[in-house]
Amino acid sequence: MKNEDRKPKGRVGEFIANFGWPRIIIAIFLLLLFVIAPFIGIDIGTSLSDMLVRVGMNGILVLAMVPMIQSGCGLNFGLPLGIIAGLVGAVTSMEQNWQGLFGFGMALLLAIPLAVVLGIIYGYFINMAKGDEMMIGTYVGFSIVAFMSMMWLRLPYKNPLLVWGFSGTGLRTTISLNGFWMKVLDNFLAIRIGAHFFFPTGSFIFFALCCVLVWAFFKTKTGIAMSAVGSNPQFARAHGVSVDRMRIISVVISTVLGAVGMVVYEQSYGFIQLYMGPLYMAFPAVAAILLGGATINSATISNVVIGTFLFQGILTMTPSVINGMLKTDMAEVIRILVSNGMILYALTRKGKGMPK
Amino acid sequence: MKQKYSFKGALISNLVPIVFLAFAAFAVPMSGLSIQYLLEEMITRLARDSLLVLSLIIPVLAGMGLNFGMVLGAMAGQIGLVLVVDWGIGGMPALLVAALVGTPISIGLGYFCGYILNLAKGREMVTSYIIGFFMNGAYQFLLLYCMGSIIPISNPELLLSRGYGIRNSMDLPNIRQVLDRLVSVNIFGMNIPIVTFAVIAAFCVFIVWFKGTKIGQDMRAVGRNRAVANGAGIPVEKTRIMAIIISTLIACYGQIVSLQNLGTINTYNSHEQVGIFSIAALLVGGATAENASIVNVFLGVFLFHLMFVVSPMAGKNLLGDAQLGEYFRVFVSYGIIAVSLLLHAWKKRHEMLERRLLENSVKE
Repeated sequence: MKNEDRKPKGRVGEFIANFGWPRIIIAIFLLLLFVIAPFIGIDIGTSLSDMLVRVGMNGILVLAMVPMIQSGCGLNFGLPLGIIAGLVGAVTSMEQNWQGLFGFGMALLLAIPLAVVLGIIYGYFINMAKGDEMMIGTYVGFSIVAFMSMMWLRLPYKNPLLVWGFSGTGLRTTISLNGFWMKVLDNFLAIRIGAHFFFPTGSFIFFALCCVLVWAFFKTKTGIAMSAVGSNPQFARAHGVSVDRMRIISVVISTVLGAVGMVVYEQSYGFIQLYMGPLYMAFPAVAAILLGGATINSATISNVVIGTFLFQGILTMTPSVINGMLKTDMAEVIRILVSNGMILYALTRKGKGMPK
Repeated sequence: MKQKYSFKGALISNLVPIVFLAFAAFAVPMSGLSIQYLLEEMITRLARDSLLVLSLIIPVLAGMGLNFGMVLGAMAGQIGLVLVVDWGIGGMPALLVAALVGTPISIGLGYFCGYILNLAKGREMVTSYIIGFFMNGAYQFLLLYCMGSIIPISNPELLLSRGYGIRNSMDLPNIRQVLDRLVSVNIFGMNIPIVTFAVIAAFCVFIVWFKGTKIGQDMRAVGRNRAVANGAGIPVEKTRIMAIIISTLIACYGQIVSLQNLGTINTYNSHEQVGIFSIAALLVGGATAENASIVNVFLGVFLFHLMFVVSPMAGKNLLGDAQLGEYFRVFVSYGIIAVSLLLHAWKKRHEMLERRLLENSVKE
């Protein structure tokens, strides 16, 4: 066991080793779906744009997994904390009737400080529970979603477009962003080819920007120290790095990315879903990064990008193709099996255990 | 010094039930519900849910933490019940046949779950949690697409209008409370389902007996320290699989007992919440991921369900909004798992550090 933990970790070697069979199978499956699609009357242009829109929509939420994985905190099942910050930012920005890119920017500005605060608290929890981070994260995430459900009912929002019509208090379950900042990023410099193909340039620029920022962060002194904490805490401690502090910083960054990711998600989706809506939102993001080749203690930006494309590709293509072929809606079942199967695969990989 | 520490430890491990008792003392008068009504509800709910919660004890003994994979057993029980309804069996035989059908399915699923958990040692809880989700996909596939098409279902009333796939919910008219009503005693106007409690008691006796057997002792050894147990010649992986199989089996019977009390199945939802609620209940009863007893089970089911019954009404009376109470109880059931796992992990680390300090001072 001990020797397995200390495998040489060349970047290229690790990437190839991580590109295991589930990824290859899924990639071939996705390719197959794209090949079959035209034969059963599905427009490739539409499918492709659907996939691209969803990649732009979900990418940053997947990116939010990276800092915590790198610092040895495992998969961030506590993503709902960031998501909640994003929701509060969005709703508060809408309350003021802020529109367009300004409204979007203000939502981000409001969400980020809240995410920092929540991240610090969550970070302390994570440090209390070394070795059990994922389980604690899941339930801290669930708890805050339920807690905020009470808050959505009680917080003093007044904008009639946001609250229930008859009582005048309590936010609605689903709020439309139409007229606020719906698709402001998606439509920014968007490329349209023909009637069906649409490329959400703005979302991709924003996603790329976030990826570059995270990538650059891991090149700084703090970033390198963070990775060191994840791969070998004793070594890091011996070099004067505060393990607990690094872990908290990683949790804060993950939570902030979760908040930003949520605001981006909302502008693309066009709706805000409150109450129990965000309960399970961590799971697709976790599945996506694992599908991209990450393990529970190492993740790169390329894992994020590949994973998001593969996972969102499967999610867009399976319903249409399977429905077209079998005339039944098996997409939900396939989604459950693929995403959870992927998480299971990652959890059971030998020699990839967290250092005890 | 040692005395002081163990007192602190005892306080921490009992903090959760203490908090809940305090909450109940506050919320019960607020709800305005009568004691008679509450007692009746508690008896019903103890009969309904204790067996499910009991299924969690054995994996804890084997050091595998809280078995979120118990939902697999619940699924097996539901498959049994669906088939029994289709075959038109009613009354007590129906329950027995459902249990008989559920048994091999549970053993298979338990083996599968145990096998996977052996690949993920040290992360059993989160892994078993994901196994639950994963198998839920397989369960949906089986009931929604295979039943009525590949697996013959003769009763068209069970099927969706499209001709295959089991309907979202179904009544169990011939099964409803057959076990509860087999022999029931009326005390102070409350019906006490004697046979159900006898079944639960039998499983309690089984668990106590099992802990004393050779396999039970092996399990305890595996739970304490896998390396030492392995050195002593105990087949560690086999023992762990065994623990999960027993847990899955009890969960299967527990779900059958629970559904006969309710009298309806929500084919695709009944099992989903079972894991969360059972684990929350056990933790509320003062158990931890490393230590769970039968007392924890009953205390937990009682306190957890007391909160469950009381909080919507208390929320309505206190804040004028029943929906708020509804969310409150969801918050509490998730929060309690988070807090007790957190306290427990913190305590474990604290002990480990203390032990390391002690070892170092001995060395010096």
